[in-house]
Amino acid sequence: MSHGATPVEARSTRVGWVPLSIGVASVLLSALLGATVGAAGLDPMDVVRALLDALPGVAIESGLTEVESNILFEIRLPRVVLGAIVGATLAVAGASYQGVFRNALADPYLLGVAAGAGLGATVAFAVTRDSAFLAPYAFVGGLGAVVVTYALGRSVGGRSATSLILAGVAVAAFATAVQTYILQQNVETLREVYSWILGRLVTVGWSDVVELLPYAIGAGLVLFAARRLLDVLSIGDDEATALGVRVSRVRGIVVLAATLATAAAVSVSGLIGFVGIIVPHTIRLLFGWSYRVIVPLSILFGASFLMLADIAARTLVAPAELPIGVVTAFFGAPFFLLVLRSMRGPT
Amino acid sequence: MIVWSDIEVRYDGRRVLGPVSLDVADGEWVGLIGPNGAGKTTLLKTAVGVADHVGTVSLGGRQRRPGLDIAWMPQRPHLPEEMGVADYVMLGRTPHLGYLAAETRHDVEAVRLALDKLGLGEFARRPLGTLSGGEAQRAVLARALAQEAPVLLLDEPTASLDIGHGVEVLDVIDELRRQESLTVVMAAHDLTLAGRFVDRLLLMSGGLVVAEGTPASVLTEENLTAHYGAGIRVLHDPEGPVVVPVRRADGRATDSANRSTP
Repeated sequence: MSHGATPVEARSTRVGWVPLSIGVASVLLSALLGATVGAAGLDPMDVVRALLDALPGVAIESGLTEVESNILFEIRLPRVVLGAIVGATLAVAGASYQGVFRNALADPYLLGVAAGAGLGATVAFAVTRDSAFLAPYAFVGGLGAVVVTYALGRSVGGRSATSLILAGVAVAAFATAVQTYILQQNVETLREVYSWILGRLVTVGWSDVVELLPYAIGAGLVLFAARRLLDVLSIGDDEATALGVRVSRVRGIVVLAATLATAAAVSVSGLIGFVGIIVPHTIRLLFGWSYRVIVPLSILFGASFLMLADIAARTLVAPAELPIGVVTAFFGAPFFLLVLRSMRGPT
Repeated sequence: MIVWSDIEVRYDGRRVLGPVSLDVADGEWVGLIGPNGAGKTTLLKTAVGVADHVGTVSLGGRQRRPGLDIAWMPQRPHLPEEMGVADYVMLGRTPHLGYLAAETRHDVEAVRLALDKLGLGEFARRPLGTLSGGEAQRAVLARALAQEAPVLLLDEPTASLDIGHGVEVLDVIDELRRQESLTVVMAAHDLTLAGRFVDRLLLMSGGLVVAEGTPASVLTEENLTAHYGAGIRVLHDPEGPVVVPVRRADGRATDSANRSTP
């Protein structure tokens, strides 16, 4: 036995400098790209100068015209920032769901939040005919579905994670059935609802960002704080309990934080699929199993992935736009398969 | 010490354990033996809060603190394949860390010590999925030791070990018990091996304790045949009883209906 020589500290639960730097750099580059690429091309250096100029206490001549400056600050940047927040939220929520349910296929929509939000959005279109009500209806619908899922899961299976997941499946199916019925009765809303379901980041001004930000920051902090506990949960409920962890409380808090943020994100962006499952799994394959690595990197890579997807969505068929959910799946799926193949390992 | 008082466990209204009461003194090593389904595992589980029960489990009048007072080595531990051995053993430090805290130098030291005690130093970075059954078993024990709890509950700690490693692991536990006056309660199927190490044996059957005492007084042909149902012979070796299975002359499987249940 080699006393004192055991390499305990060189562990795989720390985020390495390399992935962290790549993550931060990719966020910054994607944001810059998102701000410059579009129908009105802006010079990247002008954009950097304009952003520096906007900082308090800094005055630099950006070289942008007033129109260009308006495009940057009122159209491009809000959309880029919204994409970053939605992407980070969906990715970190997905990672947390996978940890808390020990289920590699869990995504942020697992407990019915997407179907509930979809139903809420459909009701908003069909009843109010005013898209201003879309976000609050979708938010309430999404949260309502998860509350029902939780109540059902607890009533049939106590604290079991499996009964919760099955309850989520049932609630999602029910909500989708009701949604389909309402759509059939209100065929004229079909197009709008469909476009929302496929996901979009169309936004003017900062109001969506301001609405979403508190949820995203709150959830981000809670999930970041819970990252070590997610590793403990990976050895199962009983063993975690024996180590003094209050498993159902931790699971409840993590699910609440992830769900609130997902519902808020979905209510402004529609149902952008794939981010919550692909981003955490890619990070897992490339950088390791620990949630202490996966959670922070999901925030960074989720943000940059959705910013890049949005650039593709608004440029590939310009002047028309592709739904961003189509882009995330179209590029995300082959990329993920490529990573999976090159690692040749089980997820 | 650890005290089980009037413990009863029911599944779907059916009583599977109890009433059982058991006092284990500081530094004592108690073995739980008995056929499958006797309630050994369930009794251990009641102490770590993973089996709903009536009755109380305490530490000599003091309430137990989950994780800090009692370390549990489960029979079928969950071993995430990709997790490294050192990281896995570090999970044993969870009770010492606040929900939001990070590990300190002391935690790292406790893990290093636990790994070294079980000869796992060279495996520290190996993923759990690449370990042999015996190595994995030692990793689980190392995790329990890293908890630095005064009471150690072991559920079949030698089940997947060859006889050499089995004795080695029990020797390590015995040494720790003497050095740090650990209280050990161990469920075991290897009756001879258990008899060599424990101070006291409890024979359980049908959820009840049916015999209790020194290994020599419990490991008798009469006790074992009555509750295990098989033909069993007990030989007397100077170091303790040796339990030997006896094949029926006609080669038929033993009729389990012959077993006596209390």
